[in-house]
Parts: sequence; structure tokens; C-alpha cells
Amino acid sequence: MFLFVLKGLLRDRSRSFFPVLIVTAGVLVTVFLIAFMSGYMESMVRQNARFDTGHLKIVTNAYAEKLSQKPYDLGFIETEAEFQQWQEDFPSIRWTPRIYFGALMDVPDAEGNTLEQGDVFGMAIDFSDPSAVSDIHLSEALVQGRIPEAAGEILLSEELFSKLQLELDSTVTLLGSTLYGAMSFRNYIISGTVSFGVHALDRGGIVTDIEDARAFLDMPGGASEYFGFLPLGVYDDDAVQEIKQEFNAKYNDEDDFSPQMLALTDQNDMGFMLRYMGFALGLITVVFILIIGIVLWNAGLLNSIRRYGEFGLRLAMGERKHHLYNWLIVEGLAIGVLGSLIGAALGMGVIQYFHVHGFDFGVFTKDTSMMVENIIYTNLELKNLLLGIIPGLVSTVLGAMLAGIGIFHRNTAKLFKELET
Amino acid sequence: MKKILYIILAMLLFAGVAQAITAEEILAQVDENMNAKTTKSTARMIVETRRATRTMSTVSYAKGNDIAYSEYTAPAREKGTKMLKIKDDLWLYDPSTDRVIQISGNMLKQSVMGSDLSYEDFMDEVELAKAYTATLQEDIVYDQRNCYVLSLSAKTDNLAYSKRMIYVDKERLVPLYQELYAKSGKKLKTMRLSKVTKINQRWYPLQVVFKDELKSGQGTTMIIDEILFDIKIPDHYFSKAMLRK
Repeated sequence: MFLFVLKGLLRDRSRSFFPVLIVTAGVLVTVFLIAFMSGYMESMVRQNARFDTGHLKIVTNAYAEKLSQKPYDLGFIETEAEFQQWQEDFPSIRWTPRIYFGALMDVPDAEGNTLEQGDVFGMAIDFSDPSAVSDIHLSEALVQGRIPEAAGEILLSEELFSKLQLELDSTVTLLGSTLYGAMSFRNYIISGTVSFGVHALDRGGIVTDIEDARAFLDMPGGASEYFGFLPLGVYDDDAVQEIKQEFNAKYNDEDDFSPQMLALTDQNDMGFMLRYMGFALGLITVVFILIIGIVLWNAGLLNSIRRYGEFGLRLAMGERKHHLYNWLIVEGLAIGVLGSLIGAALGMGVIQYFHVHGFDFGVFTKDTSMMVENIIYTNLELKNLLLGIIPGLVSTVLGAMLAGIGIFHRNTAKLFKELET
Repeated sequence: MKKILYIILAMLLFAGVAQAITAEEILAQVDENMNAKTTKSTARMIVETRRATRTMSTVSYAKGNDIAYSEYTAPAREKGTKMLKIKDDLWLYDPSTDRVIQISGNMLKQSVMGSDLSYEDFMDEVELAKAYTATLQEDIVYDQRNCYVLSLSAKTDNLAYSKRMIYVDKERLVPLYQELYAKSGKKLKTMRLSKVTKINQRWYPLQVVFKDELKSGQGTTMIIDEILFDIKIPDHYFSKAMLRK
């Protein structure tokens, strides 16, 4: 029956062309939007995990209270044994220590007096761990120079480096506070410059080795945060919540400096953002269904007027109203399938293009604090195609159902009289 | 009888004169007690944080309110760190890096050695009578002392604190308590001054507890172990060359 209906539709272009065109356009837009938003969401999760949240994070209770301020003075010290234990307890998770800190960078003149100054945001990672280096895509972010190889070397943001007109291998002094609030000074050599595509870091960031930061901030064997990453590198909230509960039940107590595990969704409003994005995707689907449904309803009504005679004749010949109504729905479904397939195929092509080349979103994220990659790639997943096709089918069926109601208003007794005219 | 009436009248007149002391006069006398041509002091700063309590020792030399030089003498990590203030400029010297660093801009608002004091607080030592317009409020008993309450408004925009509320000991004319406010009216800091001691001809508080009201914690206690007023201090103490010595 379906093929028979489809054949009829294809032969009568006036019945199929316009509705198929609408469904195709709608599915194309929806598939693309879903793939884009999904890509955006994944980019946000990836970028936050790399630079700010990890998939999991262990901090002290006191640090967690002021998490957004990154108060390293409330971080861990002398926790090598504990860190070892946590690694043994959760071997599937890859753990790495980080220290985030703020400091004043002072550039000296030939006599050692202040020439230039700038506020910097420091991120200390374990350079001896290749995974920790690749976590933040350091090699890709390197603009000039080299990754630090010795103590006392740092990477500086390319933006600040240019602004202060510095040279590679020049010495700068960092002025900050130790964990105990004492003044701390340390000379560093700039071994290279970086640009991560993360505004906060690119504006005035430095990357240093964790041991250097520990010495500078008087945090022996410590870290402000311990990042944890799931084995496949893809965030899975269910798995993370399970690990978090297990860890906190075992190690967390009321002490200010007791370790506390946080999930990615507990930080930076990421939980809300992910829920909001999910809601937005649902909303797009519903809006699409409503709009296309209304357009197709209207097209169906026009079609009914054009096919008034045909329906009358078929009813007069004894075809039941329900059968005719179902027929229209199957016609709608056929249009939906055809339009959705064409729309999905075209959408697939567009998604594929942006999956490879991406969108340069840097212009929009330049002045925001949101951690999103500058280039957003559309998400090439089958589920996104299906999510786009479903509203294509639902809207055509809905449109046909609404338009077909008129069939039940036809008065059978008057049909022959109508046919005479 | 006439004689008694004269005495009563005279007493009333004196009482009237005593009550008529103006806010500006109180402030001027406070300035006279708190400021000197030169000072040399040794002091301890006790900083309490959530993690630990630290005590730092300093030797400081000052000429008026505009010029000051301090050297940290303990603990070991801070020993040899020096600070020089000349009018609106502030320099720090660190022996481990052998660097002289000028502190300016945003950095002035940062905490000094994790204390409740900012660099700006060091820069903002002013003669109150010159910098603020004072209004006398209702008297108060504070720390078992009768006090004047003065409300101060900055005469210019360039002060760190545009308003102050200050309790002044009526008898010794030294401040015992201060509240420091931002332009918005937000209370930023409080100071509790105690151990008021007579040194030479002036009363001076030897202990001050600073509390940054925007921070949690117990505050920072400054204890002056020794202070000398109006002594001769060689000019080279207040030069940048002194920092590297």
C-alpha cells in the first residue's frame, strides 16, 4: 500500500513537490542545528574538562567553598601518599595534579628595575607526565619556542608576550603569595609562547611545571586540584557520579582540608548548561514539528479542496471515511519519509563539511568567560540524523491528520448531488 | 556670695568652652599624636589564616607620612625583603631574585604578606585633618573609655577610603576604633587600636588589629615593640639604593 501511495504521489507532482520541499528544508535545518548544538556542547565539555574541571576533580572542602576563585592557599600540601592511594583506589581513572594561581609578572630593565608589568594567570601541570601535557594540547598550542625542559622555564601567552614586546629566553620575575600568604618572588625564563583558544588563558596565561609552582607558592608535594579523566576521554555523567559517591563516602569528612570529589557537572554551572542544552534541543524539535505541521496542515487543506471531487467520488463508491482518512495519513507519511530522507542526506553533507572544516567561533567567544573552543565542529552521529528525521515524519503525519478531519464532515447523502454539479 | 556666683559662672564658661571643641580640633590633635616628623619602629605582624598563624617582624623608618622604608627581619623566608614608599611610588626588593619591583595599579589593592592590609593601606597614611572633613556625632563609651565619634568624608577622590567612622579617646586624643568605607558606602575594613601608651609627650596605640571585612578570618594584629619619634634618620634610608644594600 505504501509503495502504491508513493507512486501516486510521485506521479501527481502537485500533491508531493511542495510538501516534500518543506519537509526536506525543515529536516535539513533541524539535523544541522542538532548536530551543531551537540558539537558545541561536546566542545564545551571537552574544553572545560581540559582546562578547568577535569571529568572529576579532587579539592579540599575549603577550596570547594570558593571554587570559582581558585584559592590555591586552601589547596593540598604534602599529599603524595594520599594521591598514591587515590590512584590505587580508582585505577581506571587517569589522575594528574594541577595548581592554578594568580601573580604579577614583572619584566626587568638592564639594571633589574621594573620595565613592564602585567597580571598573569598561572596553570601548573606535571611536565614529566606526557598525558598531562597532551591533556591541554600543549604541542598544538605552542606558537613559538619550545615546551619547558628545565626548572625555571615557563610558557607565556602569545598575546601578552607580544604586548610586552618580550623575546624568547628572556627572564621575567613572578611576584605572588605563598600558600601562607607570604610574598613570593621567582625568576623564570620564557621558553615559548602559547595560544590555547581559551580567552582567559590567551589574555595573560602562563604554563609552568608543577614542581616550579610548588616551590614558588610554598606548596611542597601539593596541588590546588587533582584532575581525573575517564579512560575513553569521553564524559559519562553516570559513571562519574558513581565514582564521586564512592570517593566522598570513603574520604570526605567535615575538616576544612579533607578531600572532596567533584564531578564536571558540579562545576562552572556545567550541570545546568548541559541540562539547558538538552532542553534547547528538545525545544527545537517541538518548534520544528509545530511549524512544519501547521504549514503541511495548510497544504493539506488546499489539497483537500483541489481533491474535493476525488474524495467525494471515492466516498460515493463506498469507500469508508476512516479508510480515506488513513489513506491521507499514509500519503503524509510517504511525503515525510521522502522529504526526511532527502533532508537528512543533504544535512549529512553539510554536517560532514563542518565536521571537517568547523566554524570559527572565536569572534563570538572573544569577550566571554565561557570555555568553548574557537573552532566548533558539528557532531557527526547517527542519532543526530535520527533526531532530525523524527520531527520530519511526525509533522507530516500531524499535518495530514489535521487536514483530513474535513473528510468526516462530508455528508454522504449529498455526494451524488455534489457530483452532478 | 558674689564670689561664689563668679566661680560658678567661670566654671560654666569653661564647661562651655570644653564642650565647644570642634571636630576639626579633635582631628588635629589626633594627627599630632599619631604623626611625627620621623619615626623608627620595630614591630610584629601576626597574620591568622585558615591554615596557620604566622608572625613577621619588621624594622621601619618613616619621614612624615609620605616617605617610609621597611625591612622584614623574620621569618627566614621573608627576611631581607624590603619596601620603600616615596609619595605615590612603592618598591619592593626581594633578595632571592635580587629584583626591585615597583608596585602599582591593581597590585596596590593586593594583600601584604597575606595580611588584612593592602599595599594601598601603606600608601594611604594621611593627616586626617588635611584629607577629611569631619562631623562630630554623639559620644560613645568604647573599651571603657569615653570617646568622641567622628564621621569623616574625604575632601578629594584619590583616597583609598572615602569615608571613615572614628572613635577618639576623649582624654588621650588617640583613635581607638576606625571603620573604613568605600565610596559606595560599603564597609571595607575596621581597625581596633589598643595598648595606648605615653611615649615622650604623646599618647600612642601600640597594638592595632586590622580586619578586612570582605575576608573571613580573625584579622591581622600589628604589635609595635619599640617606637622612637622625631629622631635623626639619614636620608640614604629613603633611597632606592638602600633596597639592594
